[in-house]
Amino acid sequence: MSTHVTEREEDKMATKAATEAGEGGGESGAPADAPASAPDGASTAGAERAARFIDVRRLEKTFSGDGAPVQALRGLDLVVAEGTFIGVMGQSGSGKSTFLAMLGGLTHPSGGSVSVDGIDLYALPGERLADFRREYLGFVFQSFNLVPYLTALENVMLPLAVKRMPGAEKRERALGVLERVGLTARAAHLPGKLSGGEQERVAIARALVNEPPLILADEPTGALDSETTIEIMDLFATLHREGITIVMVTHNPEIQRYFDRTIVLRDGRLDCELPACAVDTPL
Amino acid sequence: MRLRTIALSDLRRRKGRTAFLVAGLLIGVGTVVALVSLTQAMTGQTKANLQSYGANIIVTPRTRDVSLSYGGISVGGLSVGQNVVSQSDLERIEDIPARAGLSAVAPELVGPVLVKGRRTLLMGVDPAVQFKLKRWWSVDTGRPPANAHELIAGSSAARTLGLTMGDYVRIGGRRFTVTGVLQPTGSQDDGLLIADLGAVQQILHKPGQLTLIEVAALYGATPVNEIARQLQAALPAAKVTSMQEAVQSRQHAVSQFRTFSYAIVGVVIAIEALVVFVTMMGAVSERTHEIGVFRAIGFRRVHITRLILFEALVASVLAGVLGYLAGMGTTYAVLPFVARGAGVVWTPLLAPAAIALAVGIGAAASLYPALRAGRMDPTEALRAL
Repeated sequence: MSTHVTEREEDKMATKAATEAGEGGGESGAPADAPASAPDGASTAGAERAARFIDVRRLEKTFSGDGAPVQALRGLDLVVAEGTFIGVMGQSGSGKSTFLAMLGGLTHPSGGSVSVDGIDLYALPGERLADFRREYLGFVFQSFNLVPYLTALENVMLPLAVKRMPGAEKRERALGVLERVGLTARAAHLPGKLSGGEQERVAIARALVNEPPLILADEPTGALDSETTIEIMDLFATLHREGITIVMVTHNPEIQRYFDRTIVLRDGRLDCELPACAVDTPL
Repeated sequence: MRLRTIALSDLRRRKGRTAFLVAGLLIGVGTVVALVSLTQAMTGQTKANLQSYGANIIVTPRTRDVSLSYGGISVGGLSVGQNVVSQSDLERIEDIPARAGLSAVAPELVGPVLVKGRRTLLMGVDPAVQFKLKRWWSVDTGRPPANAHELIAGSSAARTLGLTMGDYVRIGGRRFTVTGVLQPTGSQDDGLLIADLGAVQQILHKPGQLTLIEVAALYGATPVNEIARQLQAALPAAKVTSMQEAVQSRQHAVSQFRTFSYAIVGVVIAIEALVVFVTMMGAVSERTHEIGVFRAIGFRRVHITRLILFEALVASVLAGVLGYLAGMGTTYAVLPFVARGAGVVWTPLLAPAAIALAVGIGAAASLYPALRAGRMDPTEALRAL
């Protein structure tokens, strides 16, 4: 069970309340309608919610462009317990990045549902999805995606820019996460003055600043050398030990040892889960 | 870290685009400020002239202007059939029904003479009436001429001819004593030598003739325009001009200038709004990927929109301030050429109005780009590499 405690629990509860008010619990399977006042019911609900922290059901996504429609996901089912470090592998075009984007509430599904911690993402009204991304998720992008004209510290504070919080507190929190990733000394540097590994650390710090329970990482070591890759993966492992759930898309089989679970996608579906995959299953 | 931190950092980074945006607004605001303050200055000068001018009716010889053209192209004009204003007209002026409304009737004859080898203008007047009419004529030391052998010099004429009080000067074979020098008036009077009317008529060989008659009509029961009408009826061979007409003519010219200015201002504002719109659309397009990152980390659409609008606001305020300063500077530079002697009128509300204009245009022109930025699909934006 996660020992991770969030500071702004009231924000997360508000986001949950919005979706529960919208559909009376949704299809997440989480007992969202369980009375909060019943202690036994609450602990059972909490345990079940933790066990199905990420609950993906028959997820489909079709992209309609200028040419023929492209079906990126064809009915993907997945349940992930809280605190799991899960790797998502597969060939190019298997739907990995689309799956990650849908976990992050970045694009609406063509079918199925996605729930995180009992919240049916795509039942959230209006801009509550943006609030969910801010409070529940930390994104680590493939190309770091740091804002080039902001310093490392300012990049880390970016998710706090739209929060009502004293500036000193924002700064203190950002310095705290920079210290966690070992970059306090580079706080005043622009991204252009940082190495690839340092930029990746800043990106991870930015993902952590709101203390999210879930980190989504899309090929975070794709642009790094092997030594830096190990440094970054060790950092992720530390975060995992602190109880954060991490979903990481990767092509690199060498980092598989860090994962609690490794799933393989093929043609928009869950093909298999290591080590049960066929020996010749290409990754 | 707030949205405005991001906005200000982006403005600082993209100095070229920021400068272009500010310049686009600054030119428009500066043009508006310059045209408004020039119009105010010219209007103020017209009012001041109306209040300070002694005579409000001028009687001059009537001429007929003939325009010349060749092959359909105007090549200029020609005054023909010039009549003469004479001293006998003074009696007819005294006979008009509204003569009680006349404060002063001042005959004048002006002509060129040679003094100490220099060509100078000599004006013949009735000194008592003239000094009553022209209240701003002031003698530094000395006194007005009292007889036909005395004259007084304008400040420029005295300086040019080296005349001081007590000097003697010969004009047309006649000896005059300089009884004084006028203080500078800032008008053409500064270049005159002023003497008795009869003496000047003899020197210029124009007995009984006048160049013009200045009449001061009282602002009383009879309107000045009515007095002018009566004078015109009494002097059909002369041209009677009410200064109100002249001032109204000037005011009409100023009003036409103002209308023309508004048309120019409208065009300038439309162009600068277009410049701002295109610049901001380009900026949003350039930042597609960045906006995708903002949305992915939890910015709402309204946050993105506010970010873009804040950048436009900062540039607009800066353009408003600089535009105001540029406009007032242009006014100072141009005013002497369009209205000599007019002073710049400082209006307290013009500066905030200029800034408000810049902000209004900047915000209006940036609204669509800002809303478009907010509506960007995060996944499409992130793919924009």
